[in-house]
Amino acid sequence: MDPVLLARFQFAMTVGFHFIFPPLTIGIAWMLVIFEGIGWKKNNAVYTEIGKFFGKILGLIFAVGVATGIVMEFQFGTNWAEYSKFVGDIFGAPLAAEGLFAFFLESTFLGLYIFGRDKVSKGVHWFSIFMVAVGSTISAFWILVANSWQQTPAGFILRNGRAELTDFWTAVFNPSTLPRFFHTLDAALIAGAFFVAGVSAYLILKNKGVQVAKTALRVAVVFGLIVSLLEVFPFGHEHAKQVAETQPEKFAATQGLYTTQEGAPAAIFAFPTNHPPKLLFPIEIPGVLSWLAFGDSKAVIKGINAFPPDEVPPLFLTFVSYHNMVILGMYFIFIMAVAAFFLYKKTLFDKKLLLRIFVWSIPLPVIATQLGWIAAEVGRQPWIVYGLLKTKDAVSFTVGTGELIFSIILFGLIYLLLGSVFLVLLIKKIKTGPDTIVKEA
Amino acid sequence: MDLNIIWFLLVGVLVIGYAILDGFDLGVGVIQLFTKNENERRVNINSIGPVWDGNEVWLLTGGGALFAAFPIVYATVFSGFYLAFMLLLTFLIFRAVSFEFRKYSETAKAKQIWDYSFAIGSLGPALLYGVAIGNIMRGVPIQIIEGKIVNEISFLGLLNPYALLIGILSLVMFTMHGAIYLTMKTEDKQRHKLIKWANSLWIALVVLYFVSTVATMFAAPFLFVGILKNPIFWVLFILLLASFIYVPVALKSGKFGHAFIASSTLISMMIGLFALSLFPRLVPSSVDLNLHSLTIYNASSSQTTLETMLIIALIGVPLVLIYTIFVYRVFRGPVKITKESY
Repeated sequence: MDPVLLARFQFAMTVGFHFIFPPLTIGIAWMLVIFEGIGWKKNNAVYTEIGKFFGKILGLIFAVGVATGIVMEFQFGTNWAEYSKFVGDIFGAPLAAEGLFAFFLESTFLGLYIFGRDKVSKGVHWFSIFMVAVGSTISAFWILVANSWQQTPAGFILRNGRAELTDFWTAVFNPSTLPRFFHTLDAALIAGAFFVAGVSAYLILKNKGVQVAKTALRVAVVFGLIVSLLEVFPFGHEHAKQVAETQPEKFAATQGLYTTQEGAPAAIFAFPTNHPPKLLFPIEIPGVLSWLAFGDSKAVIKGINAFPPDEVPPLFLTFVSYHNMVILGMYFIFIMAVAAFFLYKKTLFDKKLLLRIFVWSIPLPVIATQLGWIAAEVGRQPWIVYGLLKTKDAVSFTVGTGELIFSIILFGLIYLLLGSVFLVLLIKKIKTGPDTIVKEA
Repeated sequence: MDLNIIWFLLVGVLVIGYAILDGFDLGVGVIQLFTKNENERRVNINSIGPVWDGNEVWLLTGGGALFAAFPIVYATVFSGFYLAFMLLLTFLIFRAVSFEFRKYSETAKAKQIWDYSFAIGSLGPALLYGVAIGNIMRGVPIQIIEGKIVNEISFLGLLNPYALLIGILSLVMFTMHGAIYLTMKTEDKQRHKLIKWANSLWIALVVLYFVSTVATMFAAPFLFVGILKNPIFWVLFILLLASFIYVPVALKSGKFGHAFIASSTLISMMIGLFALSLFPRLVPSSVDLNLHSLTIYNASSSQTTLETMLIIALIGVPLVLIYTIFVYRVFRGPVKITKESY
C-alpha cells in the first residue's frame, strides 16, 4: 500500500476525530459566559443552574478534546518529518504560541471553573469561564494561523532547502488567516448554540428540569439565529471571495466549474464526475458565481481546465463536502428563524415537532465543520503547502507501511472506544438532567 | 550567549517545568495502582483533578517549542522513535480521559476500569520518558549524509538494558515525587502510609541513581568529558546532593511542602546535569559523535525565528506562571471530597 496514502488517512482520521470536540468546547464555553454572567450579575439561580449543568458537560467534552489533541502536537514530527523540516522555521511558532497563550489558559481556568465554584468569589468564578472561552478562542486562532499558512503561505523566503521566516506578522496574518478564523469561530458558536438548544429541547420534551431548560433554549435560539446568519454573511461570503482570489483551483473545484467562463453560474445542486468532466443533473443560476466572487455578474472565473492536471484537487470530495456544508448552513438559519418566530409568539415550547428537530440537529453543526474542513484540506491537494511542497514529498520516509498500518489500527480502535464511552456517558448525563429543580427566582 | 544557547536553556526550562508538574501527576497515577481503598483512590485522583490538565500543557508547549526552535530534532527523533511515540500517545490518551470517564461512570466496576486506565496511563509515560532519555544519552544511530538525516533506529533497539535502567530510574523518581505531593494533600492514616512509601522510594532512587551514573560511564563516556572542570556542574551537583539529603529530613519533621520543593529541585538538577553533559548536542550520533550528531546549531531554526520565539516566550511564560500559581493557591491543602469531585 502507498505509505503517503496511509499517512494521509491516519492524519485525516486523527484530526477529524479531534475536530469534533474543540468547536463544541468553544461554542459551549461562550454560551456559559452568558449564562454564568447573568446568574452572577442578576443573582439568578436558574441561570447558575444552567451553568452547572452545561459546565459538567463541557468538562467531559474538553477531556476528549485534550486526549485527542495530544496526538496532533506530535504527529507532524512522527508522520510528516519532511514537512516538519521544510516548514519548522515557521509552522512551529504558532503551535508553541497556542500552547503558551491559549492552551495553558483554558486548561488552568477550566480546573478552577469546575472545581472552584465554592472556593472563589462569584466574580472570579465567572472570570474563570470567561478565560476558558477566551483561551479556546485564542487556541483556534493560532491553530488556524498554522493551517492558513499552509493554504496561503506568506512572510517567508526559500533558503537552505526550507521555508525560512522573514516577517512574523505577515506570516501570521497571511491572506486566508482572518477570513478562515472568523468563519471557523462562528461555526463553533453555531455548534454551541445547537448543542444547548438540542439538549434543552430534549429536557423540555422529557419534562425534566423544564424551567432551567426553557431559559437555556430561549438564549440559545436568539444567540443561534444571530451566529447562523453571520456565518453565511459576512463570514462565509468573505472566505469564499478570498479563496476565489488566492486559490483559484480550489475555488473551481468547490464550485464544480470545469471550464473557464465569463458570467459563471452558481451550481446549487449537481453530481460531479471526472470522466467525462462535467456536472450531472445540475441546477444552476447564471452569472451568480461571478457576482458572488468578484461583485460582477460578467466576471471571468477560471475553470479546472485552466490548470495543469496534476495540480488540481480531487473534484468529487471537494465539491460534495462544500455543497453539503452550504446546505447545512442554510438549514441552521431556517430552523433558528422558525424557532425565533415561535419564541416571539410565545408558543415555542408547545411545538413538539420543532423541539424534536432540535434534538436531532445537535450533531449537524459538527458535521458541517467537518465538511468545511474536508473541502478546505482536500481542496488544497496535491499541495501540503500551497504552491511550495507537495503532500507526497512531505511524509516521514523512515516510517514503514507496516508501522503505519499498525498505528492506524491502534488509533482507530482507541478512538472507537473513546467515542463510544463518550457518547454513552454524555447521553446519560443529559438524561439525568440538571441537578436540582429550582424555584422561581 | 547566542540565541541557540538561549533556546537550549528555554527548552530545558519547559522540560523541567513539565517534569516537576506533570511528574507528580504521573506519580500519583502509579500510586493509584497500589491503593486498594476506594476513598483513598478518590483522594488521590482529586488531589490532581483541578490541575493535571494545565500541567500536561507543559508537554504540549515543550513539543511546540522544540518544533519551532529545533525542527530537525523534532522531525528526526519523533519519526525515528515512531512506535515508541505511538505507545506513549496511547498511554497519555487513556490517562487524559480517565478522570471524566471515572466521574460519570456509575458502577464500581466501571470506576475501577478507569482507575486502571489512569494508573497504567501514568506508569507508561513515567517509564518511557526515562527510556527515551537513556537512548539519547547513549547515542542514536543517525548519520548526516549530504545534508539529509539517515537513521537506523529500530523499536527493539530502543529497549536496551541501559535505557531500561534509566526508564526504571525515572519511574521511581516520578513515583516518589507523586508520593511526596500526596503527603501535602492527604491526612491521617493515608498520609502516614504515603510518608512510608516516599521514604522507601527515596532509598530506591538513591541506589538507582548511583547505579545509573556508573552505567552511564560505560554506556556514554563522552558525557563526562571535561565536566569536572565546569563550575556549572558543581553548582548543579551540590544542589542535587543537598536536595537528595533534605527529602527524608523534611518528611520526618512533617514539613511536606519543603519535601516537595526538595524533590522538585532534585528532579530539576538531574535534568540539568543531563542537559549540561549533552550540551551543545541535542541528539548524539552513535555512528560518529563529532560528524553526525544533531546540535543546537545544525538542527535549529533561523535566527529570525529564534528571536521571534524568544519574544513570545518572554511574554507568555510569566503570564502562565502567574495564573498557575494563583490556581494552585486556591486548591492548596488536603483534598476535601465534594459533589463536584471526581
